Amino acid sequence: MKAQIYVTLKKTVLDPQGATIARALQSMGHPEIAGVRQGKFFEIEIAEGTPKEALSAGLNRIAEDVLANPVIEEYRVEILD
Amino acid sequence: MKFGVVVFPGSNCDHDAWYAVSHNVGHQAEFLWHSDTDLKQSDCVILPGGFSYGDYLRCGAIAKFSPILGAVKKHAQAGGLVMGICNGFQILTESGLLPGALVRNRGLKFICAPVRLTAGTRNSPFTNAIPDGRQLTIPIAHGEGCYVAEQRVLDELEAEERIAFRYVDNPNGSLRDIAGVLNKERNVMGMMPHPERATEPLMGSSDGLLVFESLVRAFVPTK
Repeated sequence: MKAQIYVTLKKTVLDPQGATIARALQSMGHPEIAGVRQGKFFEIEIAEGTPKEALSAGLNRIAEDVLANPVIEEYRVEILD
Repeated sequence: MKFGVVVFPGSNCDHDAWYAVSHNVGHQAEFLWHSDTDLKQSDCVILPGGFSYGDYLRCGAIAKFSPILGAVKKHAQAGGLVMGICNGFQILTESGLLPGALVRNRGLKFICAPVRLTAGTRNSPFTNAIPDGRQLTIPIAHGEGCYVAEQRVLDELEAEERIAFRYVDNPNGSLRDIAGVLNKERNVMGMMPHPERATEPLMGSSDGLLVFESLVRAFVPTK
C-alpha cells in the first residue's frame, strides 16, 4: 500500500518560483499558461498488513506536524491500494 | 554571563557566534551539541546560522525535532534568553517559539550583503542598548529570509511592539519590512541579519555588538 501527500503554499503566500516558471513557460510559446504554483510531493510506502482504516489519522498528523508548515502551506493526503 | 551556541550538523555560523561572544563581547561562550539535552547552565542560548540538517524538507524543519531543542524550549518557557540568528530564526518559527515563517526571497536570489536596520523597539533584552533612532549596519546571508505571517499576527506584533528589527531597504520581500521578531514574553528573539558578523571594525561594522551588549545589560544572574 502507498500513500501520497501533496504540500502546496497557501493561496495567500507569494510563490516567486511558481511565478518565474509561469513566465518561462509563457515565453516558450505557451500563452495558455495563466499561472503556476510549485509544491512538494511525497510518496510514502506503507508496511504490509497495516489496516487501512487506522492510516488516515496518522498520515494527516505527519502532514500537519512534519511535511507541511501550516503557517504557510496546505496539504492533501491520498491513500492508494 | 554565559552563552551557549548550539551546533547542528550543517551549522556554519556557530564559530562566528562563539568568536563574537568570547573575543569581542568578552563573555563566556560554550558549544552545545544538537543531540545533547544539557544546556551547560547557559544564560542565553544562541541558535546560529547555517543549514541545519542540510535545509532538508524546509529550513529548520528537521532541527525542531533535535534533542537539544526540547531543552531550549524548556529554557525559554522558564524565562531564559534565546536568540536565533538566520537559520536559528527559521528554527524558532518552525518550532513554534516565534510566530510566522520564512520563505524564499522575493527575488529568488541568495543575498549576502550588509543591510541597514532599525530597532522596532528598545523594550527587549536584545535591543535595549541601541540608541534611539540609530541605524545599524549588519550583514544578511540568506535565500529564505522573506518573513510572512497572517495579517492578524502582523497587527498583533506591531501593537505589542514585538518587531525587534526592520529593514530600511527591504531586500527580500519580508512583510512590513520585518527582519526580527520577539515572542510575547520578550525573552526569545529571532532575526535574519547576523549581528555576530558585525562585532569588530575588521568585519566592516561593529553595530552587532549593540545586540550582545543589550543582552549583557538585561541579564540578571539567578544562579
